[in-house]
Amino acid sequence: MSNAAPVVLDQVVVRFAGDSGDGIQISGDQFTRTSALAGNDLATFPDYPAEIRAPAGSREGVSGFQIQLASHPVFTPGDVADALVAFNPAALVTNLGGLREGGIIIVNSDKFTKVDLEKARLVTNPLEDGTCDKFRLVQAPIGKLTKEAVEPFGLKTKEIDRCKNFFALGMVYWLYGRPLDPTEEWLRKRFKPPFLDANLASMRAGHAFAETAELFEGPFMVPPAVIAHGTYRNVTGNLAIALGLAAAAVKSKTTVFYGSYPITPATDILHTLAPFKNFGVATFQAEDEIAAVCAAIGASYGGAIGVTGTSGPGLALKQEAIGLALMAELPLVIINVQRAGPSTGLPTKTEQADLLQAMYGRNGESPVAVLAPATAADAFDVTLQAVRLSVKYRTPVVVLSDGYVANSSEPWLLPDIDALPPIEVVHPTDPETFQPYLRDPETLARPWAIPGVPGLEHRIGGLEKANITGNISYDAHNHEKMCHLRAEKILRMRADIPATDIHGAANGTLVLAWGSTFGAIRTAVDQCLAEGQAVAHVHLRHLNPLPADLADIMARYQHVIVPELNMGQLSKILRAEYLVDAIPFTKIQGQPFRVAEVKARLDALVAN
Amino acid sequence: MNTTPVEYSKKDFMSDQTIRWCPGCGDYSILSQVQTVFAGLGLAKEKYAIVSGIGCSSRFPYYMNTYGFHTIHGRATAVATGLKLTRPDLSVWVVTGDGDGLSIGGNHMAHLLRRNVDLNVLLFNNRIYGLTKGQYSPTSEIGKKTKSSPMGSIDHPFNPIAFALGCGSSYISRSVDVFAAHLRDTLTAANTHSGTSFVEILQNCNIFNDGAWDSMVDKEHRDGRVLYMEHGKPLVWGSEDNKYGFILDGLSIKPVKLGETYQETDCVLHDKHNLILATMLANLDPSDGAPLAVGTFYQSAKSTYDSMFSTQIADATSRLGAGDLAKLLNSGETWTV
Repeated sequence: MSNAAPVVLDQVVVRFAGDSGDGIQISGDQFTRTSALAGNDLATFPDYPAEIRAPAGSREGVSGFQIQLASHPVFTPGDVADALVAFNPAALVTNLGGLREGGIIIVNSDKFTKVDLEKARLVTNPLEDGTCDKFRLVQAPIGKLTKEAVEPFGLKTKEIDRCKNFFALGMVYWLYGRPLDPTEEWLRKRFKPPFLDANLASMRAGHAFAETAELFEGPFMVPPAVIAHGTYRNVTGNLAIALGLAAAAVKSKTTVFYGSYPITPATDILHTLAPFKNFGVATFQAEDEIAAVCAAIGASYGGAIGVTGTSGPGLALKQEAIGLALMAELPLVIINVQRAGPSTGLPTKTEQADLLQAMYGRNGESPVAVLAPATAADAFDVTLQAVRLSVKYRTPVVVLSDGYVANSSEPWLLPDIDALPPIEVVHPTDPETFQPYLRDPETLARPWAIPGVPGLEHRIGGLEKANITGNISYDAHNHEKMCHLRAEKILRMRADIPATDIHGAANGTLVLAWGSTFGAIRTAVDQCLAEGQAVAHVHLRHLNPLPADLADIMARYQHVIVPELNMGQLSKILRAEYLVDAIPFTKIQGQPFRVAEVKARLDALVAN
Repeated sequence: MNTTPVEYSKKDFMSDQTIRWCPGCGDYSILSQVQTVFAGLGLAKEKYAIVSGIGCSSRFPYYMNTYGFHTIHGRATAVATGLKLTRPDLSVWVVTGDGDGLSIGGNHMAHLLRRNVDLNVLLFNNRIYGLTKGQYSPTSEIGKKTKSSPMGSIDHPFNPIAFALGCGSSYISRSVDVFAAHLRDTLTAANTHSGTSFVEILQNCNIFNDGAWDSMVDKEHRDGRVLYMEHGKPLVWGSEDNKYGFILDGLSIKPVKLGETYQETDCVLHDKHNLILATMLANLDPSDGAPLAVGTFYQSAKSTYDSMFSTQIADATSRLGAGDLAKLLNSGETWTV
């Protein structure tokens, strides 16, 4: 069978699963990279357990990595996998639900002893009790074969164990007709002998085993996708945000000060930014969430661009300080990588339930701008746009990323740096014309006057200020005017929002969504369109202010449906702002939408 | 810092805003001394930034004709940290109170002191919440009857000096609102220290806690009750005919009357670099008859957070060159289609 011509597939979804220590993420990264180099479009999602090191072999300790690769554009890591590589019984039984009927299972059959089954709380062996009947089960004694393959290199048992992910990777490479060279090259950079030789031998042995053992009907082949020309790299959302902040520092020629307190799933932004010191990025690990945002505000007051990053519980703690920044009318960017709440909630799981918190979670009339990235790569542009708006309008801007955008990765067509417009930072210096709250007629922003300039000494703060002079004012009408001015500033940002992109039909059903749900919704809408249904997709980047053309767009459609990973937060806003019958379609399971779920809901709506 | 001497008068530091503290408040004296001291430090006026939190004391920036930021409750220390880290050229002063700095802002105060950011903290301690009209504060004495503690406070109070020592503070001093000259000297000395200078200023709230410090600091008592600590000088207090001093007694200091058995030459010399001595002086309990120590309790040379922060950025830049954005985006695994 191995001599047969490869079976050509449009797309394939592969899932790796095992203990945290099994090298799952490395296997996934390598498979991703090799597939990217082969020209596929792809999307990936790593799935980490909440505990750092849950007991080995336990269900709680299972770590996963899913990738969809295709010969056409893909927007999600796939609803269900075509192949599952499971390193132990717990990984097998916790991931079978995500494997399509007839899909391939590769298991490390060495790891199904009585003790291993007990660790996974199994009474019977899933390899024998019919659990795998609906799938194509491939049992490979990966542990034993790896040991034989690496024997010449004199490794200790533990070290041998660490080579077995490369054995499995070798098998998967054969199954999908992938070259070994990219990973061999990577191994050469990463490891020294004898570990280099052992890993190489292990991968080659896996590849040869798959080829000669005639275990599969493969190999399968996913031809390259037709994608835009240019240079690509994979990015996660967290990485794209960090790169966006570095770009903002360079493009504004101003220090970006990132104050943060570690919190899942936002911490990687701090890790990534910390070494970017030579790009004009300063990072400050504060004692808590409040200090992190307050230090960022202090930095903005001094003329830097203050940024703070957090997740939902941290945003709750920062809200009073965000109110201060909007009252003092200083730039401040708040990156909120949402996770499932309330309270501590499900820290490693995704959700979009902080929209109302970002919009309305402060005391008083305190509007802030809110943006959300649709995908990992989009997070770069959104971050730059957030900084641009915050600097231009001198007011806080919240970026609502989430755990899914943060950790998923996709190929990113690298932007032309020179084509990115500069971010204009202007500080007044003329004492003759200076007034602390004198407003720019176009943006309504007050001057960003920073300490150190002779003759501009002035005081700002959280107490209400008289417009123009900035003196403390308890005047009733001034307060009302200032509330309206602060709100009007946000509305004026509409001038910076491009015309809304409508994907699909000009009438019928409008699917209106935001944030990380983009991929599943776009795929489902494309499926509906292919079936001739009148469906369109609008994905909002700007949630406050909403685009100026949105009211007209919604009016053209019979139904407006709003899928969200919350209990209907955007649909509430749309109903309140536009008196439109926005139909909520919600999911709060800590998981992203599956394409099939969205498709089924759209089918049901059209059928009615 | 601008090293060019600049000639100012106190008036240059007075803002045009009407002062809204209660008549007779101790804050007036502190404001006046700060304005006088700022005029004499030789630093350009635009280089001063005063950051405050919430409370009576935190209105301070509005009355100073410098840059000022009246922030939110307890967080001035964090805002000031961000300001100093990005603007090391500024002279940053935090004005706070016993509630703002030690209750709601206690956490940030602790971390500011341990980090040793080069700024000056003026903590006005009046042992009461004034702006909210009279509740016990974290420095109020146990048993204090206030609107929120009608049967007496059951909170053990903070000792701000001992708190600062425990946080690893590198400069700790104390003065009193009405000790005009001493307060000016204290502020001037604090300003020369590199690192966080923590200055507790005992202040009278004549509306809600009038006379909280009188038994030690008013004209009738101060001569007998106040120990003016001066580095290298004996730890003595009292009037000429009724003088006391501390002698070393094992590992402790012991108060003795001077004149007969003991003379001034028997007394311990103040050493502001001695952490053990500072700890003993910080824990003197004036409510139990001990003198009230004012002056510098402690000073140590400790690297500042802001200088290390700047150094790391400078080192990275000299080692790696100014960041090349195109190169950064192209780093990691790339491929070209």
